[in-house]
Amino acid sequence: MILNVQRWKPGPLLPAPDARDGALVFVVAVLCFLSVLAAIGALAAGRAAQGWSQVLSATATVLVRPRGDQTSDAAATAAAAALSGAPGVSLARALPSEEAAALLTPWIGKQALPADLPLPRLVAVDLSKDQPATKAILVEALRKAAVDGEVDDHSLWIADVERSADLARWAAGGIAALVALAAAAVTLLATRAALAARREIVEVLHLSGARPGMIASLFQRRFGLMGAGAGLFGGTAGAMIALAARLAGGTDGLTPVLPVAWTDALVALVAPLPVGLVAAIAARLAALDLLRRMDGT
Amino acid sequence: MASMSRNPPLLVPPIRPHLVLPEADPPPVVHFDSVAMRYGTAPETLSDITFSLAPGSFHFITGPSGAGKSSLLKLIYLAHRASGGNVELFGQDVSMIAPRQMPFLRRRIGVVFQDVRLLDHLSVFDNAALPLRLAQRKTSSYRNDVAELLAWVGLGDRMHALPAKLSGGEKQRLAIARAVVGQPDILLADEPTGNVDHPMALKILRLFVELNRLGTTVLIATHDDKLMSHASRPVLRLDAGRISEGVA
Repeated sequence: MILNVQRWKPGPLLPAPDARDGALVFVVAVLCFLSVLAAIGALAAGRAAQGWSQVLSATATVLVRPRGDQTSDAAATAAAAALSGAPGVSLARALPSEEAAALLTPWIGKQALPADLPLPRLVAVDLSKDQPATKAILVEALRKAAVDGEVDDHSLWIADVERSADLARWAAGGIAALVALAAAAVTLLATRAALAARREIVEVLHLSGARPGMIASLFQRRFGLMGAGAGLFGGTAGAMIALAARLAGGTDGLTPVLPVAWTDALVALVAPLPVGLVAAIAARLAALDLLRRMDGT
Repeated sequence: MASMSRNPPLLVPPIRPHLVLPEADPPPVVHFDSVAMRYGTAPETLSDITFSLAPGSFHFITGPSGAGKSSLLKLIYLAHRASGGNVELFGQDVSMIAPRQMPFLRRRIGVVFQDVRLLDHLSVFDNAALPLRLAQRKTSSYRNDVAELLAWVGLGDRMHALPAKLSGGEKQRLAIARAVVGQPDILLADEPTGNVDHPMALKILRLFVELNRLGTTVLIATHDDKLMSHASRPVLRLDAGRISEGVA
């Protein structure tokens, strides 16, 4: 074939990616996939913690004790009436005996309760979203109505739930960060190995008068794009798992314990950028280091 | 390279002894003063090397395998640093040159490597044009010159080929084309005829002679006695890392 010199376009200075580069893309993509899953887990854990806290802090329960010859029903009705008028309360409702009995089902099963088993009378209180009533307000409302009752504002549970959720969130976030660091380290090592395998090309370019920055840019671009591609593959796979989890979980997410949102899949869109950046920076540093060693400086 | 003749003369020009320079002459292209070199912590590969190459000179450097010929060339083409003594290129002390200036210095040195080191993924034309491209010259400013140079070294009809498709002699000639395309001030060749037959070796020698005639300083490392005797040029002889002959 005769070359048309006037139409000649310079070929790429680096050879086309080969199997070694494919292995790098695969490993980084897998690590990126795990990293995205862990990040989505952290987001879901945070969302779960927030949801549980909101539910618990929006309600209170009052255990009513009848006074003198007052019946339980009368005491519960009086308590509900007193609490309904308290500031920061949107609804107070005396739970019927059947509902109170149903609350015991998890502990004693579905069989009929003994007729003589004394059941506590409860009032369920829904608090206003804007300015929810404090425990002190509820206690004061009961005192004014001369109702003997014990207010449970769930603060003990809220603290426990928040602590547990925080732990889950930090654990998931930590795992995500660790996997991301591992991905960065693997990228760095693989980039160095790939560069060492192309040492002869680097040497020819170097000794033919290429500036170090120019050589580094070649590898920076090559590995940056490869890293971004790996991030896209891994991130997309992670996002698909998240979407499948959301789909399987309906409106409550995968389970009420770990609610995954549709928007969590957007984490995958972010993944290519940091992975590509890490790979590009690693390649640049590795190339400049190799050139420095070639120069003996 | 546009000024090169398409049919370089086959006669070897008269010998111009340049080992010792008069004081009024321009600075030598290469000046070694008591230079030593070692790889890592190994014993010295080169010891107490002192010589100069004047601009436009043509020298051979010879010696048995392991004598240090390639190492000496590496010091000149800046692939290695001296562990002792002083190396000057074009009148500049190499150890004092800023790293950012090194690429510009390297562009003044053409190298034909012992193992050729062509880039296998690039065509003959791309390989030959490489130094000009790395110097960030405009493509349009050199493509005709590269084509002319390739025709001059007998590769005019192989410009599209990949190096893997070339014979040993063609690879050598391509390596020479790449080394001289940037019109370097000095051309270094490490065993350039090591893998070719004698007729091809003579052809290659003629290329070097013609380049030297055009003003390029040439230093060839070889242990091909027939080649040296054919060219009748000054010879530096290395033995166990020391110059044993050829320095006045």
